[in-house]
Amino acid sequence: MASTIRVRAVASGDVTEVQALVQHPMDSGFVKDAQGNLIPPHHIEVVDFQHAGKTVFTALWGPAVAKDPYIKFNFKGGQKGDDISVSWVDNKGESDSLTAKIS
Amino acid sequence: MPKQNRPDRTRRLILQSALAGLVTGCGLAWWPKGARAADAALWPKDAFTQKTEADAIKALYGKAAEASDQVKLDAPEIAENGAVVPIAVSSALPNVTSISIMVSENPFPLAASYKIPPGTSAMVANRLKMAKTSKVVALVESDGKIYSATKEVKVTVGGCGG
Repeated sequence: MASTIRVRAVASGDVTEVQALVQHPMDSGFVKDAQGNLIPPHHIEVVDFQHAGKTVFTALWGPAVAKDPYIKFNFKGGQKGDDISVSWVDNKGESDSLTAKIS
Repeated sequence: MPKQNRPDRTRRLILQSALAGLVTGCGLAWWPKGARAADAALWPKDAFTQKTEADAIKALYGKAAEASDQVKLDAPEIAENGAVVPIAVSSALPNVTSISIMVSENPFPLAASYKIPPGTSAMVANRLKMAKTSKVVALVESDGKIYSATKEVKVTVGGCGG
């Protein structure tokens, strides 16, 4: 199965810009389905970004983060060709991870 | 002979169990550090389930925030679709360790919180859901103090359903 994560990390000088998209319903728990039943909350809680064995960014998300979340941040010290690892876990214990190269 | 064997066997048993204990002990101590996965235990449930912005700030940081023009909050004046509101926060403050975003009128105001380790810029862009027109509050933790910036975002179509 294709990964739920898409990540693009671009090093420019000393700074690496990371952009990531995760496929996830991010159900808030306040939306009703066609039958009028509440769709229970189903959202990512934690996203961890690692470079060189070190966490460079941690996202803590509530149900108010939009569906198929997008995130952008910068960190120092990344080099072209380095690995960047992304992993997430949601409130149902589902998870996914992906390692990509910095370009 | 049996008399000599017994202590030997006992010793071997002790050694074996000690070794097994060492191995499992190591495994347990090692796993969290070696795991390259997001840890659900980091999620501050208490802060994410508070119903007011002030309570959420207190649950998250244990102190109140003070307004600062050093916190930059980029959000649209009008969001046509409350389901996807692009919001970015950045700051020139020193030693920023976390950035959080609250939507005051949402059922649970705390929308997202980010941990910024040393070496990572005090900048984040994301997309949030807004139930209706609301204040959006950006919080930046710098040198252990909490600074905030606030902006009103008008929502034409709410993004929390119902």
